[in-house]
Amino acid sequence: MLSALLVMAGLAIAIGAALGFAAVKFRVEGDPLVDKIDAILPQTQCGQCGFPGCKPYATAIASGEADINQCPPGGEEGIRKLADLLGREFKPLNAENGVEKPKSVAVIDENTCIGCTLCIQACPVDAIVGAAKQMHTVIDQLCTGCELCLAPCPVDCITMEPVGETVDTWKWHYPVIPIRTAA
Amino acid sequence: MQRKLFKFNGGVKPATYKTDSTREPIKAVPLPAQLIVPLHQHVGGTPYPLVETGDVVLKGQRIGAADGNVSSAVHAPTSGRVVAVEPRVMAHPSGLTTLSVVIEPDGEERWIDCEPISLRAMSPDQVRDELRDAGVVGLGGAVFPSHLKLKPANGGTDTLVINGAECEPFITCDDLLMRERAEQIIRGAEIMQQLLQARRVLIGIEDNKPEAIAAMQHAVSARAAGSMEVVAVPTRYPAGGAKQLIRVLTGIEVPHGRRSTDYGVQCFNTGTAYAIADVIDRGRPLVSRIVTVAGNVERPGNYEVLFGTPMNHVAALAGIKPGTDRFIMGGPMMGFRMPAYDVPVVKATNCILVGSPELFPPPEPEIGCIRCGECARACPADLQPFELYWYSRAKNFGKAQEYHLFDCIECGCCAYVCPSHIPLVDYFRFSKSEIWARERQKHAADVARDRFEFRNERIEREKREKAEKLAAKTAASRAAASMAAAAAPAGTSDHSEDSKKALIAAAMARAKAQREAIAPQNTEALPPDQQAQIVNADAHRAAIAPADGNIAAQPTEKSPAEG
Repeated sequence: MLSALLVMAGLAIAIGAALGFAAVKFRVEGDPLVDKIDAILPQTQCGQCGFPGCKPYATAIASGEADINQCPPGGEEGIRKLADLLGREFKPLNAENGVEKPKSVAVIDENTCIGCTLCIQACPVDAIVGAAKQMHTVIDQLCTGCELCLAPCPVDCITMEPVGETVDTWKWHYPVIPIRTAA
Repeated sequence: MQRKLFKFNGGVKPATYKTDSTREPIKAVPLPAQLIVPLHQHVGGTPYPLVETGDVVLKGQRIGAADGNVSSAVHAPTSGRVVAVEPRVMAHPSGLTTLSVVIEPDGEERWIDCEPISLRAMSPDQVRDELRDAGVVGLGGAVFPSHLKLKPANGGTDTLVINGAECEPFITCDDLLMRERAEQIIRGAEIMQQLLQARRVLIGIEDNKPEAIAAMQHAVSARAAGSMEVVAVPTRYPAGGAKQLIRVLTGIEVPHGRRSTDYGVQCFNTGTAYAIADVIDRGRPLVSRIVTVAGNVERPGNYEVLFGTPMNHVAALAGIKPGTDRFIMGGPMMGFRMPAYDVPVVKATNCILVGSPELFPPPEPEIGCIRCGECARACPADLQPFELYWYSRAKNFGKAQEYHLFDCIECGCCAYVCPSHIPLVDYFRFSKSEIWARERQKHAADVARDRFEFRNERIEREKREKAEKLAAKTAASRAAASMAAAAAPAGTSDHSEDSKKALIAAAMARAKAQREAIAPQNTEALPPDQQAQIVNADAHRAAIAPADGNIAAQPTEKSPAEG
């Protein structure tokens, strides 16, 4: 009787110590879910979801404050991936946040630009170069197409131009599977 | 001496259809009305144009300069006038346009001053730069800039392989080039051997080209090139694939994720060797190549074609038969259907295959995979095409990559043997381009995330620095004031009150000094009436202002009592 008690107590202490050690040793820093969600988001940093950037939106989704259908640049595919990751039902994009558009980049009309620097301050990824009273221009490879520079421009010289397909971005189509007619 | 040859796994033996186009020698092509020279003709950066509409160019004049190191130059294929620099449909299955220089030939074919390049007087780096500026790229079909491949590998180059296998049906351009211009190919190989410092040169030619083998052997012995050897390799598609030919000639099997240069082997096409000799010995940049015209034509043959010549102009010389419904660039196994008949011949065009429904009947409908494993037996890259097919079809790209999708050379052996007529290569191409697109997207997102986070950090830092500066400034002025207060004989009981007062007094003194420091401007040489006005205003100001500058002691409060 006593030996049984001792064995059980000994086991409990040993397992408890092992678990305690594992909890300290393999401690997970930060919330890995936020990073996983952030990796799916398109990093446009446009704020259309109602949060100041993709990371805050990812944090909000992880904590349950935001829904998964608030990201227009991510589009339907992005929502599907989020639904898969979080084990939730797919739902269409919330129209309040905007609509899915083809990828565009901002273009500054250099004849109209007055060099006010307001767009430079608005750009979340520092993709606009220029100085006060000097013409500004957009570095198109870095532009995420967030449209945040459109509103501050006092002379409306910024337009969004859709990015065309080039040989480098062209994709082969999914091979069409012809359907045979029934005999 | 019979050399020991090795074998690669898989491969197929399709009918070669090569005899028809090898009956006649290489023929010249009359100048077309216009040459459309695309600037993007190779792997790497698109060259930027050096000419404008209206410019007169000479044959061999550089019209596009290499953009960065992984790029190559483009030259005017004939003398004439530039009539446009604009996007034109390119020889690519997408049918997209690319910036092209349209030249109207003047018919004189005037060359630029061609200076042969002395290999002795130049460093290898300079020679490589010359080759880049001469627009030399791999003419076997991959069009990779050759100057990048001509650097000796870290472990040294042992073997230079010259690829004259030309395994794909219908194509005979390398065959004819070897038969007719073997000497210059050997000369090019010597130059490459010198640049690479390779110990030996192996020239691999499929044994269905006895004339080419004989011509090359003759040229090797004529040049007394001791370290060179012409080797006949068994005819089996795709013996002309770089990795397959290296395997057959040297027995080295290049594993996944490595390059042949890691094993001291470098491989070049015969056409590239010929072009390099042209550049070094004659100073002539790459402006033309040999193109096979075959398929649904009256007189299949080989032509020396200037880049930019419309394909239908070349094909018409061979007599296009009725029923033609497509042009294919390349052969029937790996070629691409062209979006139009008048797309220009580019550096990658080894063959214009004129197609018709009789010659290439529409593929039979695809039926389900029966897992027979024929494709795996035929695959020369030792892959499992059926696995790749399932994962590509299910768009499970991660799994497809695990099965080494990117080792697929798209040779088409698997689709050739498939009893279910599955267009396997189409699936693999689709998967590859989807994966590339995703990687580009992911890269763009990562860059955007980094830049966004950096910007936030910068804004935070600027805020912090501003606050710190302000704090330091206030602290400094406080310290100065308290020093002043300590110097004055003041009670220590309410020190903070005193220091505050001292601060205010100091600020007021500063403001006063500033006010007085402002000198009146534009007051010289005024008319007397204005001068009088100023004097009056000054007097008024002096009258209303209290002598000690204390605003609280102004007489306005007293005025009601006086009244």
